[in-house]
Amino acid sequence: MTKEIKGFAWTYGDNMNTDIISPARYMEEDYETIGQHAMEGVDSKFSSKIAKGDILVAGHNFGSGSSRETAQIALKYAGVGAVIAKSFARIFYRNAINVGLPVIEIDGVDRIQEGDEIQIDLEKGFVENLTKNETYKAAKLPKNIVELIQLGGLKRYLDRKING
Amino acid sequence: MGETLAQKILKRAGGNEAVEINEIVWAKVDVALMDDILGPRVEIAEGLKTLGDRVWDPEKVVIVSDHYTPTCTENQAKIVQFTKNWAKEYGVENYFEYAGPCHQVMAENGFDKPSTVVVGTDSHTCMAGAFGAFGTGIGSTEMLGVLATGEIWLKVPESIRVEWQGQLPKGVFAKDMVLNDCGEIGHAGATYKVLEYGGDAIQSLNMDERMAISNMAVEMGAKAGLIPADEKTAAYLNQAGIYEFEILQADSDADYIHTYKKDASKLIPQVACPHNVDNVKPIDEVQGTRIDQAYIGSCTGGRLYDLKCAAEVLKGRKIAEGMKFLVSPASQTIYKQALREGILETLVDAGATIVAPSCGLCLGAHTGILAPGERCISSTNRNFIGRMGSKESEVYLSSAATVAASAIEGKIADPRKYL
Repeated sequence: MTKEIKGFAWTYGDNMNTDIISPARYMEEDYETIGQHAMEGVDSKFSSKIAKGDILVAGHNFGSGSSRETAQIALKYAGVGAVIAKSFARIFYRNAINVGLPVIEIDGVDRIQEGDEIQIDLEKGFVENLTKNETYKAAKLPKNIVELIQLGGLKRYLDRKING
Repeated sequence: MGETLAQKILKRAGGNEAVEINEIVWAKVDVALMDDILGPRVEIAEGLKTLGDRVWDPEKVVIVSDHYTPTCTENQAKIVQFTKNWAKEYGVENYFEYAGPCHQVMAENGFDKPSTVVVGTDSHTCMAGAFGAFGTGIGSTEMLGVLATGEIWLKVPESIRVEWQGQLPKGVFAKDMVLNDCGEIGHAGATYKVLEYGGDAIQSLNMDERMAISNMAVEMGAKAGLIPADEKTAAYLNQAGIYEFEILQADSDADYIHTYKKDASKLIPQVACPHNVDNVKPIDEVQGTRIDQAYIGSCTGGRLYDLKCAAEVLKGRKIAEGMKFLVSPASQTIYKQALREGILETLVDAGATIVAPSCGLCLGAHTGILAPGERCISSTNRNFIGRMGSKESEVYLSSAATVAASAIEGKIADPRKYL
């Protein structure tokens, strides 16, 4: 996982559930197709309008619902560089960390407008709004999660544990 | 301060002498459940090859092809074929297909044992909580780790106690209780936490009803939805041929971050309206809403007791003209029993179409997809936008009896008048 992430913000509301992020009807398709339909539940143009590395900004309870990892796959293949939200649903949050999709919880979500240029420093734990020249402090990640992220996700961690 | 049920189970799973709330434990997994849609084919098969290329304990792994069975596209057929072959290759003998939604298959085959840790690649794995098991949904990559090592790290969660007292009135069911909980606690109100259920209303529920409650814990964001095991749990397990299990109880002075005290005797039928599970209204506020389709099925609302109650509502009656009414028994075992008891005949006489035990329609994968503008009332667990088909369709959630009453009238209806 890269330490610094920069991109333009695309803003959405609360409760962006997994059926919105990755509709079930595409889950049987390949990862590229799954990515083309990311966020289709609320925005059918999402994957075509975002540029690689852009930041998805949302309200409370992002990723609620299913345990489907196709939600993370959809966002990654659509080009999302990171997701910033007021809060995340538990399984989504855990999956995101496991597959290396940066997820950041901040209180300052409402200050971010669509199109703002956002830079994220995971290591230092803050989000910078370059357009507005503001900084938002991110919630501190638990120590073991930081370790997992630093290793590049669960697979790398396991690889080291099992294969040395 | 005493310990919650979650604390006691995770202490046992981690081999710890004591665990504090918010402490992280490396828990030994008792059962790892995979389905077809998010099982071996997503990250797992590929990843495992580089992580020892073996499953830590094939006897502790259960695989159920349930979302894509019966298969309806070539892709789905390939996924089920792959899942089956993978199970064989890795020595997983607990492979089921065309048997019904995985959580029901788990319960009926005695895989949900009190005080154990059950993880699954489906978010409704929390249904194992109805047996006093710490069941929780995980992602595919996380499952890869479990398959390779047999362990998972879990933060010992805070617990919310939900206490239901009193006797449920006729025509009101466990599904109404849990929908009411969703409305009160909210879609994210229990995120990262455990819902620990108690009270005489919970104790008096049969196992079919208890499973409906634990199943929906995740709809409030919860990590698990625990119902303490008792003699009813034991009787159910014995019937499945399971006699060895340990029953743990929370201490009476356990530390809960919040306690809800609720009265079952005053509850009326509940309906979750589009497009969130916590958009819950009492029946009198939504009755009369036109519907096009009614569905009884899934790991939440397709059990024998659900079918029985629906049949009671529908006996000697007909569904409204133009209504589509689909019924999917939650397992082959339930299907057979409902057939034997004449329940299916009653439903078919009323106008129901019986479809295969499957997750299909609940998640909009197949068998009954909604067109734009259509409304469905369903005994399932989610009503998210586009869940059962078109983005312009709507899903209302209720008990199976409310679904049946609504099918009769062609609009959302109160089942109490038919019982």
